[in-house]
Amino acid sequence: MSEQNPIQPVYLEILSKFGENLRLDDRPNYFGIIAQTEKILEVLTFIKDSLFYDFLSSVTAVDDFPEEKIEIIYHLYQSVGGVGIEIKVFVSREDSQVPSITHLYPGAELQEREIYDLFGVKFIDHPDLRRILLWEGFAGHPLRKDWTEPQYEEPAKPFKSRWPEGKGVLTESLNPYNDNVQYPRKFDPAKFEPDNEQTLYRKLQQKSNDTPNTLHTDQLIVNLGPQHPSTHGVFRMVAALEGETIVDLKPVIGYLHRNHEKIGERNTYLQIMPYTDRLDYLSSMNNSFGYAITIERMMGIQPAIRAEYIRIMMAELTRIASHIWSIGFLLNDLGAYFTPALYAMEERELILDIFEALAGSRMMCNYLRFGGVVRDINEEILKKVSDLVYNRLERKTDELDRYLTDNEIIRSRCEGVGILTSEQAIAYSVTGPLLRSSGVPYDIRRADPYGIYDQLEFDICTRQHGDVYDRYLIRLDEIRQSLRILKQVLTQIPEGPVMNGKVQYNVRVPAGEMYGRVEGPRGELGFYVVSDGKPNPKRFHVRAPSFVNITSLAEMCRGAKIADAVTILGSVDIVLGEVDR
Amino acid sequence: MGGTMSTEEYRKPGFAVPPEIAGQVAITSLDKVYNWSRSNSMWPMMFGLACCAIEMICTAASRYDLSRFGMEVMRPSPRQADVMIVSGTVTKKMVPQIVRLYNQMSEPKYVIAMGACACGGGPFKEGYNVVPGIDKYLPVDVYIAGCPPTPQGLLNGLITLQKKIKQETIPTSRWYRKEPVPEIPIPVLGPDLFDPRKIDLIYAETHKSIEMHEDDIATGGETHV
Repeated sequence: MSEQNPIQPVYLEILSKFGENLRLDDRPNYFGIIAQTEKILEVLTFIKDSLFYDFLSSVTAVDDFPEEKIEIIYHLYQSVGGVGIEIKVFVSREDSQVPSITHLYPGAELQEREIYDLFGVKFIDHPDLRRILLWEGFAGHPLRKDWTEPQYEEPAKPFKSRWPEGKGVLTESLNPYNDNVQYPRKFDPAKFEPDNEQTLYRKLQQKSNDTPNTLHTDQLIVNLGPQHPSTHGVFRMVAALEGETIVDLKPVIGYLHRNHEKIGERNTYLQIMPYTDRLDYLSSMNNSFGYAITIERMMGIQPAIRAEYIRIMMAELTRIASHIWSIGFLLNDLGAYFTPALYAMEERELILDIFEALAGSRMMCNYLRFGGVVRDINEEILKKVSDLVYNRLERKTDELDRYLTDNEIIRSRCEGVGILTSEQAIAYSVTGPLLRSSGVPYDIRRADPYGIYDQLEFDICTRQHGDVYDRYLIRLDEIRQSLRILKQVLTQIPEGPVMNGKVQYNVRVPAGEMYGRVEGPRGELGFYVVSDGKPNPKRFHVRAPSFVNITSLAEMCRGAKIADAVTILGSVDIVLGEVDR
Repeated sequence: MGGTMSTEEYRKPGFAVPPEIAGQVAITSLDKVYNWSRSNSMWPMMFGLACCAIEMICTAASRYDLSRFGMEVMRPSPRQADVMIVSGTVTKKMVPQIVRLYNQMSEPKYVIAMGACACGGGPFKEGYNVVPGIDKYLPVDVYIAGCPPTPQGLLNGLITLQKKIKQETIPTSRWYRKEPVPEIPIPVLGPDLFDPRKIDLIYAETHKSIEMHEDDIATGGETHV
């Protein structure tokens, strides 16, 4: 990475259009254009309509405390592929307001709510600006740098209290309540009136009363979750029903909000690696991959070539395991209680065996490092992988295909349900199998290649209908493509070291920012990391595919029956660890 | 009768069985019959929180096969479940629901804290939205270490629970007392999560005299205690 940021031609085009109102971000290793807050809508409209950057990848924020500003960062791409652009606006910390871009890019809805929740930035004209990960009435905005947790010790790890003496002190015992809590001064719990989610229900009612209705029928509000067998974890949907038909639906999340981003700011770069495994816990290797390439790009290092092959091997095995699990559980949601899932899990177990042999753990592998992988893959494991790839998985995929694809019940329950057109899919920033099943051939492995994917042969699968059935089929297609990649990797894997450079505990990451993204099994997994040169990042943001994908859930469910909502959710295939982070 | 009790155990000394019916009659204590039947038909609640739930599902699937121990009937309804496996990170936003579910379970009821997060917060302990261990609210019977515990680990935990159940006696078990077991008050989501049992403590701490916070005021820091 050079000191001088390369200026993309598209930036010059935007600059010449708006002139005085924009400027390039000229901090070393920072990218993009800084716009004035009041001009942001105009700039983004121009970028969307005239430059065709129609895909909003991520919206996030960085608190620049002690400087008096918060940065809002928009990452935009073209749905035909290519390098993206970055637009920023600076807002003051005191009275932070910025126009909402939801009418330009509806996919920003939940992401803007997240920024409102965690940074306290208000989005003007946002359709439904409520807290999203925390609850109404929570004191403070946690990702602001001057907000500290109840168990706050120091700004960065490793904490002195834990090392080098290693004496254990139960952190709760330092808290007056002997728990992980803190309250504002003069707070009287006995007189406290909780919100009881009235804000949420009012929002739903408003929405549903808008629909003209000649015969008045009462609407019913049904809560599905957070404890519900078909919500794939602690997800909650609040649906307003007109008979059996869904009039409006709101996803409620945050029940597994584990503060990855705040903890990530305290951790050193390497300490974050095991946390990435726990984001999307069904595809841990892929998450580490995304994080590793982001930091490697910041550090300007290249991983060892053998490690590149191992990484892709693991990423594709993860994709197969995740897709096969998702197919099994979609069938669960359809009512084929557990039998297809058992078939699917049998294959997943075999893949997990490989992970266990290689990394020592079935799920939380913690296998990647900056510059390579943690240990070499031996002949025995390679043989296991090739046995699986050549002799078993293909056959088993065909078996699933044969049993399920033409099943009458599956077809009648899935075909034409939960349709998302390609325009809608792009507008809602949907990625992964969801986007491709709507007919958009967008796969980061091809659109913005990372690792050695540009040297491998595979097709981007697309389907045209964008319904639940196509989302099921595209997962089968992608398993087959992954097997194709694995076969190439297995024959081409070179000998050599698996780490470049010396193994470091504390890596030095130069100051700057980086947005790295990979194609996870659920879509675009992005890591936005800002470094200020210290051992721990200034900002660690995860652009989780499932989180952004559920923005389109209400759109897909509107007009469907309540039983279909479960199927549609199953086809979106969310993982709550990633949705809530 | 199942194979968990030996014939010697049925025929406790002191209860002489006439030799002519020795093959047909077994004498045992009520405790043992209760515990034997209870420990071999524990229905877990189908209730997953986080990563550990995936391992719980794997444990229930064909390779590890929970049903070998009489626990294959996973029930989504708390009314039909005997054991709650708290499988994953307990967040502040989720804990009111968990406590409510526990209150709704019919007795006898048991709790297993599966994984580091449910035991004590795990890697996310310092997080602002994380409850450091479900035992702050629910009485936990078995703790299973691991992040996540392997299916074998979960099976071991469930077998440990079975062993624990086999130690129960009618006079000491809390489900046989005359008075009903009080429900656990449901935590409230205020400015931060608060436990209704700690109202007095919270009031006392937040209304401490202002001198206590002089440092805060001097630095213009957050108004938290």
